[in-house]
Amino acid sequence: MRSLVLGAVLWGSFVVLALLSFVWTPGDVLAIDIPARLQPPSAEHWFGTDHFGRDVFSMIMVGARVSLAVALVAVGIGMGFGVPLGLAAVAWRGGAFDELIMRSNDLVFAFPSLLIAIIITAVFGPSAFNAILAIGIFNIPVFARLVRGAGMSLWTRDFVRAARVAGKGPTRIAVEHILPNLANLLIVQGTIQFSLGILAEAGLSYVGLGAQPPTPSWGRMLAESQTMIALAPWLAIFPGLAIILAVLGLNLMGDGLRDLLDPRLRRVRL
Amino acid sequence: MTGPLLDGARDARAHLRPDLGDRFSETGLLDIDGLHVSIQGQRLLQDVSLRLGAGEILGVIGESGSGKSLTALSVMGLLPRGAEVSGRIHLGGRDLTGLSEREMCRVRGGDIGMVFQEPMTALNPLQTIGDQVAETFVIHRGSSWREARAQAREVLDRVDLPADRFPLSRYPHELSGGQRQRVVIGIAIALGPRLLIADEPSTALDVTTQARILTLLRRLVAEDGMGLMLISHDLAVVAGMADRLAIMRDGAVVEAGPTAEVLRERRHPYTRALLAASMSGPERRVRGAGAPLLKVEEVVCAYPAARQGFSGRPAAHRAVDGVSFELRAGESLGLVGESGCGKSTLSRAILGLDPVQSGCIRLSGADIDTGVLPKKLRAQMQVVFQDPYGSFNPRHRVERLIAEPFHLLDAPPRGSARRDAVAQALQDVGLRAEDGRKYIHEFSGGQRQRIAIARALIIRPKLIILDEAVSALDVQVRAQILHLLAELSDRYGLAYLFVSHDLTVVRAVTDRVMVMQAGKIVETGATCDVFAAPSHPYTRALLEAAPVLELPRG
Repeated sequence: MRSLVLGAVLWGSFVVLALLSFVWTPGDVLAIDIPARLQPPSAEHWFGTDHFGRDVFSMIMVGARVSLAVALVAVGIGMGFGVPLGLAAVAWRGGAFDELIMRSNDLVFAFPSLLIAIIITAVFGPSAFNAILAIGIFNIPVFARLVRGAGMSLWTRDFVRAARVAGKGPTRIAVEHILPNLANLLIVQGTIQFSLGILAEAGLSYVGLGAQPPTPSWGRMLAESQTMIALAPWLAIFPGLAIILAVLGLNLMGDGLRDLLDPRLRRVRL
Repeated sequence: MTGPLLDGARDARAHLRPDLGDRFSETGLLDIDGLHVSIQGQRLLQDVSLRLGAGEILGVIGESGSGKSLTALSVMGLLPRGAEVSGRIHLGGRDLTGLSEREMCRVRGGDIGMVFQEPMTALNPLQTIGDQVAETFVIHRGSSWREARAQAREVLDRVDLPADRFPLSRYPHELSGGQRQRVVIGIAIALGPRLLIADEPSTALDVTTQARILTLLRRLVAEDGMGLMLISHDLAVVAGMADRLAIMRDGAVVEAGPTAEVLRERRHPYTRALLAASMSGPERRVRGAGAPLLKVEEVVCAYPAARQGFSGRPAAHRAVDGVSFELRAGESLGLVGESGCGKSTLSRAILGLDPVQSGCIRLSGADIDTGVLPKKLRAQMQVVFQDPYGSFNPRHRVERLIAEPFHLLDAPPRGSARRDAVAQALQDVGLRAEDGRKYIHEFSGGQRQRIAIARALIIRPKLIILDEAVSALDVQVRAQILHLLAELSDRYGLAYLFVSHDLTVVRAVTDRVMVMQAGKIVETGATCDVFAAPSHPYTRALLEAAPVLELPRG
């Protein structure tokens, strides 16, 4: 329960910051103010300013928006396609469809994800949307595989047999019996993929393939701070902390949610 | 093979006992006195006192949760962390309660050996059996691996795993359950312990295998003069070989003493209840046989067996090999055999869950083996599985679980009709209607099996297949479930196909019985006839192996 609360608080504060950035930020992230550049953290600029004199705290707020959106949509794509595909593979296991899904999975797995992301952005041009697409596609096989593997072992359980004796077809069993029992796995994997998504977005932005300037992004802030790290360490520390805390909060929340959603574990904590 | 010799040894000891009298047990090997154990403020063991002499067998009997395994764990010093222990545990005059973890480690391998229930998980699947036995010598005696392997060979010979068929290089998956249990016993006795604790050593095994394992344990005790603490929920298993009995309930010993005395005098009401549960079956009303309900003709179910070599064609293994029988409406038919004989495959084929290679299965005159069963046909047949823990979706409430077969009806009841049907089904099996709101993990094993029966019953089928439905239950709970089944069959005119490896159960609840061996039915007939005068040698072997509880007169 403690991990759920801690995770939710950490995670929630990032969500609040991201939402707040739509209406208010301490400074303007697009306004250049050269005289005020590279100021250390102070009462006026909580996290200091960068080489253009922009407020770092404001940039982190706007960056959270980009990171969360990219990761959320990417996990959504992964779950939205991966889970039904995995369930279908379980329902018609051993058939041609199962084979087709799993072999296409292998194909996607066979390519390094960054390479595909680079190809996508090279073809369609670098943008936050293309980063989402690239990360999302790589989430599909992760979920499909997870669902198929765990679903297969559930399929031999007696309660699935009982459902078959009750005349239920494979699709119905997959949705009614397999899916709910995978919920905790999916939540944990979802949060892991979410944090990986945040990291992937940061990585893509770092190499210049994510959100484009002047939109602030945690990854690009890190990349830009590199040359000034001795001069202005706060430029690297705060985006780095933001990434770490967001990922940590997610993982904690995932653990807590899994326990909360399992009726077997629920009673213990009340 | 060592039977007569062994019985001789037992008789000799039996003659000695009157002279030794109480002294024998007072200066015993294991002396537990006033043992209390509580975990997180909950009293789990209360004033447990047990005595066990060298060369003696102590049977500890109780239902699950009675504290019998906990007592064994206390002796081994393997209680979970945070357990508060008070009282004395003396092994050969030495107090074990005060020993440090390091000293306990030496005691565990050297002075006390332990055999666990589940032979399938007690061995490391990636290590050869030779290395697993030899490891004991390397760790405790500091032997070199070469010496240790030689000693391991001797140990395996002692547990009847001869070198020509069971070289040290075998892996656990190449052995059957009984053979694995022999390896586990071998590891336990390798260092010649003074005390051997066996926690349900034969419960997971077939009748004939169980008999062989018990004989082996008895022989080892006689040869080495060990003390054996034999823990079981099954009075019949233990009563046949234990010198003394201790009956436990709710963490306390309710009755203890020499076996014959306990069985004769039955001082405590719980002992009487336990005995009654092991002896009695439900009263059966003999019904006239109805119209043929299920007809099985020359059914063959085959699996592809392991490939012979890389290019070899996989041969087919016939799990069910040309089985034919008929089941009439309202009849209770038993299907008996050891694990692997094909009885579960056959019941799955009847349920339409597994494909049939040839032959035909007809329910009320309609074919089943066509793959897709029409719902109307399927609604005549339901099933109760063995494992009360695995046969329910843990995410659904009980009311939804037992209403699942409604899916088979063209017009399933809705709203209040549905609630009434669920409540009725729950009450039929002795639960309360409110229990429908709970989740399955809130129920005990016996209650879950009742819920499984409720689920099978809710659409009033004509036939219920009970696939080892009571095998996982304690004796008393088992007796209750059997009574319930008999009562329901009377009330609703149900036919049962009772699949089990347990002869006592089948004897108690069936009208006719079929004995299955290696995919074939070798004997069939009225239950009382088959049990009184078995004609096939396999049936005779099964019957001889089954433990029978005989009460001394008086």
